[in-house]
Amino acid sequence: MTLTVLYFAWLRERIGHPRESVDTGAATVAELVAELIARDERYAFTFSDLRAVRVALDQQLSDFDAPLAGVREVAFFPPMTGG
Amino acid sequence: MVVRVQAERFDFGAESNAFAASATGAGAGAVVTFCGLVRDNGGALAGMEIEHYPGMTDSALRAIEAEARARWSLHDTLIVHRFGPMAPGEVIMMVATASRHRADAFAAAEFLMDYLKSRAPFWKKELGAEGATWVAARDEDEDALRRW
Repeated sequence: MTLTVLYFAWLRERIGHPRESVDTGAATVAELVAELIARDERYAFTFSDLRAVRVALDQQLSDFDAPLAGVREVAFFPPMTGG
Repeated sequence: MVVRVQAERFDFGAESNAFAASATGAGAGAVVTFCGLVRDNGGALAGMEIEHYPGMTDSALRAIEAEARARWSLHDTLIVHRFGPMAPGEVIMMVATASRHRADAFAAAEFLMDYLKSRAPFWKKELGAEGATWVAARDEDEDALRRW
């Protein structure tokens, strides 16, 4: 499947772009992250501490164990700082 | 029940007055407002840049607002949140709540603030003399959600 993957704030800066299309067979968010980490050092550095990363699936907050079946958009970002 | 996400500045006083006037017409006797400002930090801060997730921001704010309306008896609510660059002293965001008596309006305003601080997809970057730094989420902000 092809996913749109978005990055925000310092994750976007470390990865170097705000969005990309990713062809993946990953069944869960954690598997997708493992695939990205295996790509190169930028991804490995960005995802080195997952406690500092949040994920949304199709614009709903989710978690790393969540399945990707039926999902079109995955977003990675740091804990939010609104207000 | 208005939610606005915008880059443009807005007038907190004018928004508050218009909200209060309309809420009174709807039978409210109490209005609580809050506004968040860019800190000056004694001149150390040159400004702030707020990034957001356009596809998600509006729906996240509406979900938080709907939860507040389910918990308290509210005549009306208003959330305005800016993104993009802003200077020290500028208004970043505001919430307003209106209810028949003050308790519901106070509680709902605090709830909205607690939730939109850590559940609405905004990220603040402070621009200082030594460069730009992403503002880290504070543990207290996450703890604040547990009281609701």
